[in-house]
Amino acid sequence: MTIAKKTRFSAKLLRNLRERIIEFILFLAALSSVATTIAIVGILLYESVKFFHQVSLWEFLTDTQWTPLFDDKHFGIWPLVAGTLTTTAVALLVAIPLGTIIAIYLSEFAPPIVREVVKPVLELLAGIPTVVYGYFALLFVTPLLQVVLPDLSGFNMLSAGLVIGMMIIPYVSSLSEDAMRAVPTHLREGSYATGATRLQTALRVVLPSAISGISAAYILGISRAVGETMVVAIAAGGQPNLTFNPLEPAATMTAYIVGVSLGDLPHGSLEYETIFAVGLTLMLMTLVFNIIGYFLSKRYREIY
Amino acid sequence: MVSQTIPYIRKIITRNKRSQNIFSIIGLLSMLVGIITLFALIFDLFSDGWPRLSWQFITSFPSRKAEQAGILSAWVGTMLVMLVTALAAIPIGIASGIYLEEYARKNWISALIEINVTNLAGVPSIIYGLLALGVFVYGLNLGQSVITAGLTLALLILPVVIVTTREALRAIPNSIREAAYATGASKWQMIWDHVLPYSTGTILTGIIVALARAIGETAPLVTIGALTFIAFLPDSPITGQFPFVSFAWLLAPFTVLPIQMFDWVSRPQAEFQVNAAAAGIVLIAITLAMNAVAIYIRYRLRQKIKW
Repeated sequence: MTIAKKTRFSAKLLRNLRERIIEFILFLAALSSVATTIAIVGILLYESVKFFHQVSLWEFLTDTQWTPLFDDKHFGIWPLVAGTLTTTAVALLVAIPLGTIIAIYLSEFAPPIVREVVKPVLELLAGIPTVVYGYFALLFVTPLLQVVLPDLSGFNMLSAGLVIGMMIIPYVSSLSEDAMRAVPTHLREGSYATGATRLQTALRVVLPSAISGISAAYILGISRAVGETMVVAIAAGGQPNLTFNPLEPAATMTAYIVGVSLGDLPHGSLEYETIFAVGLTLMLMTLVFNIIGYFLSKRYREIY
Repeated sequence: MVSQTIPYIRKIITRNKRSQNIFSIIGLLSMLVGIITLFALIFDLFSDGWPRLSWQFITSFPSRKAEQAGILSAWVGTMLVMLVTALAAIPIGIASGIYLEEYARKNWISALIEINVTNLAGVPSIIYGLLALGVFVYGLNLGQSVITAGLTLALLILPVVIVTTREALRAIPNSIREAAYATGASKWQMIWDHVLPYSTGTILTGIIVALARAIGETAPLVTIGALTFIAFLPDSPITGQFPFVSFAWLLAPFTVLPIQMFDWVSRPQAEFQVNAAAAGIVLIAITLAMNAVAIYIRYRLRQKIKW
């Protein structure tokens, strides 16, 4: 009797102990994402501080040339920022209108069967490796554009931006469509009851109600366009060039990092540190976009 | 009076109907733009690279002569890197998904982890390459090896695995949990015996999509200094002698399919660009097949499950 009681007691203890251990292990796994973030911020800051010991922040922010690999070294970030902003702008001019229209069409107009087929097919666009898009931009889109614009150089930001835009359409359209579908039906019915057409309902009722989800989709699209690397590295040329003209070749921040990494970088050299300084700038840029997006979606959140 | 308003209203109705029809056409066209791009891309790749695709191409090492070059070291490298990625990302991702969904109390630590996971999903992939360069390559001295590449991609896809695991767990109704508790199951028994088996399909879908994305990732691997010209294979993971497994391959230098393709497409000679197209076909076939499997699983699950 007493022995039985004792084993039951220790079995319970053992069971509790096991539960605690499992929970702790799971907790450690969950912490890994925090550790990743800390490591990213840590390594970017650590190497950038070393960079800014040798190059002043003032020079970094005011010089108009970026030539860290030449004899005449200049460390002005603006050519890379200009390239990044230009390709991103071209990409968004493609992705945001097309993605939004597709989302409205799929959620409000298309019959269910079309939606079920088209949505996964469009999502395949996001599944194609970016290096393949680079190939497509360089060897298909650029020659095609050169038929219309004969002066277009072989490397240019226009075709890179267009292709990035096509690539991020599914991010915009799928997430926006999800957001629009989450709008309750009674709002639509109310609108129809006043005599509004499908289009009027979509533009004046559904779209504003889903705006927080849609802006989240836009922000994700912007982040992807800013951080996209292989398309610009292959098709945009890779020469830092302070211009906002999409017809010219240029380098983005990501393309610079890839271009430099391809050569054998001596660990600890100034060139090695430049890619971390550029990475930090890139990280800060995406962070700013994310914060803007966070406040936009908070500002416009509809409560039904 | 009435006779005047009726034609007026009719005019408004026709106008509204017309704009609605115009929008329908614009919507259809926009969809077509996306789909046509997809087909143009695939068609372009196939028309350039299909003649080059042969058994010899798959079983040869890269070479300075374009017509002799192949992708053997690239696809073997891709397999090995993916093995490391899967072994690292799947357990950690599922474990943290379970913690966040089933265990985490509503406090600042879990809120912090949540915000973190969302933000990590938006970090550009090349930043992960910089992280790996600083931490794995030079910090931990793992070098430019298979294990560095695998861990880099694992960190990259971890947020995706975590988010899909959480969504899968959230879809399981509470009645199942309560039923398990009612029979005296502990929390972990409830999760392991009931909740996890039911959500396996959804989690699997997420993992396949994440791995398909990792296979195509190029930028972070270029950043850690992956080589483009590898004319040998790493040691086999399975050996003839005791203990039959070898881990030497983990520290071997490597190349992967996207990097091989990037190297070829960056060369000016047209013959190498044909090789790039052929490598692209193989790469696209792998990723599209994985995505198709994921879409199929998702489709089947949606039809089968009724709570």
